[in-house]
Amino acid sequence: MKTTTSFTAKALNALGPLLALILIWGLFYSFGNQAIGSSEGIESIVQQTVVIGIGAIGMTFIIISAGIDLSIGSAIALCSVIGAKLAVSDNSPAIVTLVTLLAGAAIGLAIGLLVVRAKLIPFITTLGTLLILRGIALGLAHSQPINAQEANWLRFWLNSLPENMRWLIIPPGGWLMIILAALAAGVLRFTVFGRHVFAVGSNEQTARLCGVAVDRIKLYVYMIGGAFAALSGLMLVSYQGQGDPTGATGYELDIIAAVVIGGASLSGGVGSVFGSLIGALIMTVIRTGCTLNGIDESTTRIITGTIIVAAVAIDRLRRKAA
Amino acid sequence: MSQPRSDAARLEMRDIRKAFGAQIALGGVSLKIQAGEVHALVGENGAGKSTLMKILSGAYQPDSGTMFVDGQPYAPANPADGRQRGVGMIYQELSIAPHLSVAENIWLGIEPQKGLVLDRAKMRAEAQATLTGLGHGAIDVDQPAGQLSVSHQQIVEIARALSMGCKIIVFDEPTSSLAQADVQRLFDLIDQLSRRGLAIIYISHFLEEVRRLSSRLTILRDGQSVACHVTSSITDDAIVAEMVGREVKDLYPRSERKLGEVLLEATIPSRGTLTLRRGEVVGLCGLVGAGRTEFLRAVFGLEENLSQKITIAGHTQLAEPRNNWLHRMGLVSENRKEEGLALELSIADNVCLPALKKVAKLGFVSPATCEAHTAEWIEKFGIRCQGPNQAIGRLSGGNQQKAAIARLLEADCDILLLDEPTRGIDIAAKAKIYEIIDQLVADPIRPRAVLMVSSYLPELLGVCDRIAAVRRGQVGEATPVAQTNSEKLMRAATGV
Repeated sequence: MKTTTSFTAKALNALGPLLALILIWGLFYSFGNQAIGSSEGIESIVQQTVVIGIGAIGMTFIIISAGIDLSIGSAIALCSVIGAKLAVSDNSPAIVTLVTLLAGAAIGLAIGLLVVRAKLIPFITTLGTLLILRGIALGLAHSQPINAQEANWLRFWLNSLPENMRWLIIPPGGWLMIILAALAAGVLRFTVFGRHVFAVGSNEQTARLCGVAVDRIKLYVYMIGGAFAALSGLMLVSYQGQGDPTGATGYELDIIAAVVIGGASLSGGVGSVFGSLIGALIMTVIRTGCTLNGIDESTTRIITGTIIVAAVAIDRLRRKAA
Repeated sequence: MSQPRSDAARLEMRDIRKAFGAQIALGGVSLKIQAGEVHALVGENGAGKSTLMKILSGAYQPDSGTMFVDGQPYAPANPADGRQRGVGMIYQELSIAPHLSVAENIWLGIEPQKGLVLDRAKMRAEAQATLTGLGHGAIDVDQPAGQLSVSHQQIVEIARALSMGCKIIVFDEPTSSLAQADVQRLFDLIDQLSRRGLAIIYISHFLEEVRRLSSRLTILRDGQSVACHVTSSITDDAIVAEMVGREVKDLYPRSERKLGEVLLEATIPSRGTLTLRRGEVVGLCGLVGAGRTEFLRAVFGLEENLSQKITIAGHTQLAEPRNNWLHRMGLVSENRKEEGLALELSIADNVCLPALKKVAKLGFVSPATCEAHTAEWIEKFGIRCQGPNQAIGRLSGGNQQKAAIARLLEADCDILLLDEPTRGIDIAAKAKIYEIIDQLVADPIRPRAVLMVSSYLPELLGVCDRIAAVRRGQVGEATPVAQTNSEKLMRAATGV
């Protein structure tokens, strides 16, 4: 008989990606440029992780429910344009944030309705919205980046920390991401809604049999995904100082990879928010490490791809053994 | 087919042992089967039947013990090797490649070639000949196998085993997904195969099938071969006793039941009406496809075309799962894997799913409460598991089914709709489920009401108070069990 209690098994499951992160970081630190361990290095890693990480929190909900959103990169770009436009026309920070988040949730609602009401497959639906949202972003911005350098309150989140705020260690956007992840993890574990998301993803028919409002859960999940994409868009403006309609291209793949590296299953029912954040960190650490050590772009991509495949393969082995 | 040496059995397995870690799955099992014999293998789930068959097929290697086919040592390295050496397996879940044609399926893995290309003419001709030999020449060898009925897919699998020259064929619960008429045809085919000199191993939970087919049977219990009997010389009760290792006094306990108020009134247009009172078990019998399950699901609001108003405890409402659970009616699906359970989720998650809304405070649920409740059901129903957090997919069928019923009670249901509640589970688990049903309806404080569908008449006659036959979608009058018997019910179900 197996003696490991399922608690330790669960802890090990969550620890796997974390150990991988420490290992990869340790390798770069020991054998490469130690700048990866400096406060600037860590700051830069966090800055790059936040956009992907916040998007990955929402994507975790979607993937646990056995859905997928390939258009999240386009949604991030569109929301960054909306946010930047609002910010430069002197709206209050609250209005900018609220309207952008609502726009994101509306995008999610539209995708959700297509999936639930029109009964379209999420993969194909969001392949379509990937183009549609990108098109809207380009149209809205007249294909030009919108400069939002002046919006200091927005820049604050992911700018380098000023000397008097060094005690924060990482930019406030990083803390925002961690707090939101904690909230999201709590929602998934401790609320009826969260347990229903797992049930829908694990077996939709069982969920329906047990009286779960499957369609409503799916709508909410895509709306949550959209709202997090919007926030991710605002963080992108914060980091780059502009809303770029051509920005965030390919982020959907980084975000989905982060969620999967974090232990989620694309067939639904399994996933963890903190795992997804660690997945996002792993990707950024590799990228930063490669840059710091002068590894060229082509090798960086090959390394990143290999790590994604290896992470999924290891995960599969672990599940088999469990 | 090579002639066996006259003194050698077609198959002999001697003192087979196999352990997984500390768990001993087989502790010395022996089995001897002659050519032309149908030999039944019976035993509870977990008795070691499937491990033994996996060793026979080559999927597992034994820790010790020897096997002989026609007197020759037989030690297959893997299932492909086993098949080439004459052992074919027909599993409960068929292994058809649905997009390939019938001929391609029959030749899968041993495709004949002409130079570098497939010899399609030979494939088609010989596949046709094999099927004709099995009395199924009408199956089109060019049709994609996925388009065939389940029973014809099974024929294709048998044809595949014969094409490989198998001398021993193992049938593992082959009738579980077949309709009655197809079952008869399969039995005739198995008789025919044994007359051709093949040795057949037949695994089934249904003793009447074992009786119909086998000349001898071997009983396995806890990884040991307990006994080998000539089938005609042993009673069903004796077989069951040897399977479970103790006397099963009363498979169908029946405590004193007191009828209470009407709990459920359901009328499904053009299907029929049914009332269910507190303190009774009503059964639906009928042939597969007669519409028993459909009726049950319509009552629960799971058949979109038959959505209806039903009356629960005097309260009329649209039949819809969410409403039903709120009004204390729950359903156990006949299909555990696809509909009944979320297999990756824990036992606790599965048991508590419909009750979450009730235990939640402001939308929050404590996993600890849910686990504690589940632990109580595990204790009460004797669910064998590592704990409430174990993934439910890892449990045996019987334990999964107990958890599926616990879900209804955790949601505080008064009305239990059970669709084939004992399908595919072993006799001990069946006995436990009959006991649970009896205790629920005879509960002195709060008797429940049960409506169950079953294909197994003895079970319905044993458990139910009233039974209605369903024929061509129509639900008939529910007759008290005292006034009916299996013959009358079969007549009502078949319309003879």
